Amino acid sequence: MRLHSFHGGLHLPGHKEMSMREPVRPAGIPQTLILPLQQHIGEPAEPCVKPGQRVRKGEVLAHASGYVSVPLHAPTSGRVVAIEPRSVAHPSGLQTACIVLEPDGADSWTELTPRGGDYEQLDPSALRNLIREAGIVGLGGAGFPSFIKLNPGSASITTLVLNGAECEPYITCDAMLMCERAVEIVSGALIMRHALHAEHCVIGVEDNKPAALAALRQAAGELGSDVEIVEVPTIYPAGGEKQLIKTLTGKEVPSNGLPVDIGVVCHNVGTAAAVYRAVVHGQPLIARYVTVTGHAVANPRNMEVLIGTPIADLLHACGLRAHVPHKIIVGGPMMGFELRATHTPVVKTTNCVLAASEEDAATRSPPMPCIRCGECAAACPAQLLPQQLYWHAQAKDFDRIQDYNLFDCIECGCCAYVCPSNIALVHYYRYAKTEIWAQEREKHKADLARERHEFHKFRLEREKAEREERHRKKREALANKSTTDASKKAAIEAALARVKAKRGEARPDVTDGGTQERSAESGRADAPLDHEDAKS
Amino acid sequence: MLPSTTLSSPHMHGANGLTRVMLSVIFALVPALAAYVFFFGWGILINIVLALVTALASEAIMLRLRGRPALPFLSDGSAAVTAILLGMAIPPLTPWWMIVLGAMFALVFAKHLYGGLGYNPFNPAMAGYVLLLISFPLEMSTWAAPSTEAAHSLSMLESIRYSLLGTLPNGIMLDAVSAATPLDTVRTQVLLDKSLTELASTGTIAGRGWEWVNGLCLLGGLWLVSRRTITWHIPVGLLAALLTLSSLFYLVDAGRYASPALHLFSGATMLGAFFIATDPVSAATTPMGRLVYGVGIGVLTFVIRTWGGYPDGIAFAVLLMNMAAPTIDYYTRPRVFGQSGR
Repeated sequence: MRLHSFHGGLHLPGHKEMSMREPVRPAGIPQTLILPLQQHIGEPAEPCVKPGQRVRKGEVLAHASGYVSVPLHAPTSGRVVAIEPRSVAHPSGLQTACIVLEPDGADSWTELTPRGGDYEQLDPSALRNLIREAGIVGLGGAGFPSFIKLNPGSASITTLVLNGAECEPYITCDAMLMCERAVEIVSGALIMRHALHAEHCVIGVEDNKPAALAALRQAAGELGSDVEIVEVPTIYPAGGEKQLIKTLTGKEVPSNGLPVDIGVVCHNVGTAAAVYRAVVHGQPLIARYVTVTGHAVANPRNMEVLIGTPIADLLHACGLRAHVPHKIIVGGPMMGFELRATHTPVVKTTNCVLAASEEDAATRSPPMPCIRCGECAAACPAQLLPQQLYWHAQAKDFDRIQDYNLFDCIECGCCAYVCPSNIALVHYYRYAKTEIWAQEREKHKADLARERHEFHKFRLEREKAEREERHRKKREALANKSTTDASKKAAIEAALARVKAKRGEARPDVTDGGTQERSAESGRADAPLDHEDAKS
Repeated sequence: MLPSTTLSSPHMHGANGLTRVMLSVIFALVPALAAYVFFFGWGILINIVLALVTALASEAIMLRLRGRPALPFLSDGSAAVTAILLGMAIPPLTPWWMIVLGAMFALVFAKHLYGGLGYNPFNPAMAGYVLLLISFPLEMSTWAAPSTEAAHSLSMLESIRYSLLGTLPNGIMLDAVSAATPLDTVRTQVLLDKSLTELASTGTIAGRGWEWVNGLCLLGGLWLVSRRTITWHIPVGLLAALLTLSSLFYLVDAGRYASPALHLFSGATMLGAFFIATDPVSAATTPMGRLVYGVGIGVLTFVIRTWGGYPDGIAFAVLLMNMAAPTIDYYTRPRVFGQSGR
C-alpha cells in the first residue's frame, strides 16, 4: 500500500515502553462507581432507575434521549445509592448529573442476548441498533455515538479506517488492546464493514508498535479476512482522524466536512473491539483499557477499568508517589487536560491518566513575544498559520481569525510545542473558538428576538389593516343601505323638516343628521376592537 | 502539586527557545567575524563591543521605562544580535559616537518605540545603519584596507585610540589604512565611464578579504539552515535574484556591469542574505512569502548597487521589503488542509 504524508507534525519522545512492561490486568471493583449521564457528545442519557434500586451487571441505568445519545449500563451488580450532581473529569471541575452505584461484590450479570457469528444475517440498521443499545461511543477520545458514524446514509463508503496509530506520547491502551485482543478488533472491524457496506477495511498502526502489528496480522490471517494492517510512520499527530485518512488514502477530508464526504469512515480500534463484544457476546460497554503512567507513579501500567471507577483508585493501585511534585493529566501530554480533583470517575473516553512529574511536563517558562519565526506554521498538520491566528485571537478580531480558518485547527498542540517564545498558542485558539460560539449563540438569540419583534409589528399592522378593512366594508354596507333607502330617508327627512318647520325652528344643518347617526354607529363598531387592542 | 502555569494542553514543550535561536545566530557569525578581524583589523571588534554595550544599556533603560521585566528580555539575546549585526555593517574605522548613536537609534527608535521585541516593523540593525549612512556618508564609506595590501595595519591599541580619539599613530595618514571597497570601486569606475574589465580587482573573485568574509557568512548561514534556525527561502530567493539579474547584465555588457561573483561575494551580500534579511520579526513569514521577500531584496539590491546613489544596497533593500512584508504574507497564505487550491 502506498502511503501519503501530511504537512508538519513532530517527532516526539514516546515514553510508551514504561507502561507496556506488564500485561493488562483488571483494576477490580471499587467501593463506589460514579457514572455521569453524559459520557458522549450529544444529549445526556435519561435515568430509568431509582435510588435504592438493585441492579445487575450490564443492566440499563439510563436510556438514550434523542438521536445523538446512547444508554448507560451498570458496570457491575449493586445498588443505586444516588442520582445527583458530581464532579466529573473536566478541566473546570464541572459537576454534572451522575448515577452513583454501590457494588455488591457479586458481579452477577444480567441476562445477555449474544448473537454469535450470525450478525451477517442482520440488517445494517438492526446492527446499528445493537451497537447503540450497548452504549458504544468513540473510544479514541471524542466520544461521538458510534452507531451514527456507522450510518453512511446515501453516501457509499469505499474505506473503513480503523485508527490504531495512538500517536500521542505515554498512551498505550490501544497498543495493549491490539496485542491482547487482536481477534476482537479484526472481528469488530468486519462487523463495522458489514454495517457500512464498505469496500475495504484498513487498520493503521504506527511503526513503533511492532508487537501490535504482528498480533493484528496474525488475527487477520486466522480469521481469513482481507482486512489490511498498515504500518504508518511514527509522527505526531498521525493518529488525528484527518491525518490518518490522508496517510492511508491520500485523500483530504474537506475543510468543514466529514470523512464520509470522501467515502471514508474512521473508528478507533477500541471501538471495534467493543462492537465485537456487543454484537457477538451481547455485552454492553462497561469497561475499558486505561493507561496509568508518568514518573509520579511507581508502577505505570495498563488496566481494564470499570467505567465509573474514581481516578484516585487507579493512581493508588499504581503507587502514586505523593511526595513527588506532580500534576494529573487526563489524556496525553499533548492534548489532555489537567485534573484538579482525582475523585472524578473514569468515563468511556478516558484513555490515559498521566501522573506527570517535572520530568514529564516541565513547568513552562514565562511566555515571550512572538517573533514570527514561523516554526508553528512549519509544524501545523492542518497547514494553518498559527502565529496569525494567535495575533488575531489576541486582537479579538474574530472575523479575521475565521478568515484564517481557525475552525480547521485540531488543537494537536504542535505549534505550542515548537514555539521558541513559549506561547500557549492552543489556549488562545480555544478562547477564540469559545468566544465565537458564544457570539453565535448571542446572535441567534438576538435574531430570534428581532424576528419576534418584527412579527409583533407585523401582527399589529395586519390587525390594523383588518380593522380598517372591516370599517371600510361596514361603511360601504351603510352607504349601500343609505342609497337603497334613499327614498325612505328622504321621506323621513321631509317629515322631520315638516315637524321642525311646524315648530318654527328650521335649522340649516338639518340634513347632516343622518351622517351624525352613522358616525355614532361606527363608533360603536370600533369599541370591541379597541378592547382587543388593549388585550394585545 | 506543581504550580499550574500551563493553562491547557500541550503540557510538553520542545527544547526550542528564543535564547537558543539568538545564540545559534551569534555562533554562526563567529567564523566570518574572525575573517573580518584578520583582513580588516580590530576595528570591527571595537565596533561590536561599543554597539553591544550601547544596545544592552538602551534595552535595559527602555524596558525600565516601559515597565517590563528586564531579565527575560535582556537575556533573550535579541539586542545582542542587533548590536553584532550593526557592528559588522559599520566600517572598521568609524568614530565611537557614531556607533553609539546607531545602536541607540536601533534599539530605542526602531525597536522599543514600536513595542519592543516582536513588534518592530523594520529591522533595527538596518534602521540604525541607514541612519548613519545617510547622516554621515563620508565616514560610512571609508573602509579599512585589507591587511594584506594596507601600507600599515593598526594594532589593537592603535585601533581603539582611533575609534575613541580619532588620532592615528604619528606619520600615518588615513589613506594609508583605508581603501575603497570593491563595490565602491565599481561605482566610481562606472561613474567615470571607465570599463570594468580594466578594474584590477584584487583577490580571486570578489576582492581580497571580502570573498573570505562572504564565504564564511555563507558557511555560517548554511549551518543555520541545516539546523533549521532559519529556513532556506529568504537566502535562496535573495541570492537567486541577485545571481540572475547580475548574470543577465554581465552577459550583455561585461564592461559596464559587475560580475555575478562580485555581486554575490562582495559587500554585505551573504551577511544580508543569511543573517539580516532572515530576521523573522520584520520579514515575511509564510514559506512562499519568504521566497518573494528574498527575491524582492535581491532585485532591489541589484538596482541600488547598479543605478542607485550608494555602493551597496542591502540595507535599503531590506528596509523597503520590510514595509511590504505584511502584504506579502496576506497574499501568500498556504492552502489549508482539506481546501482545494486557492
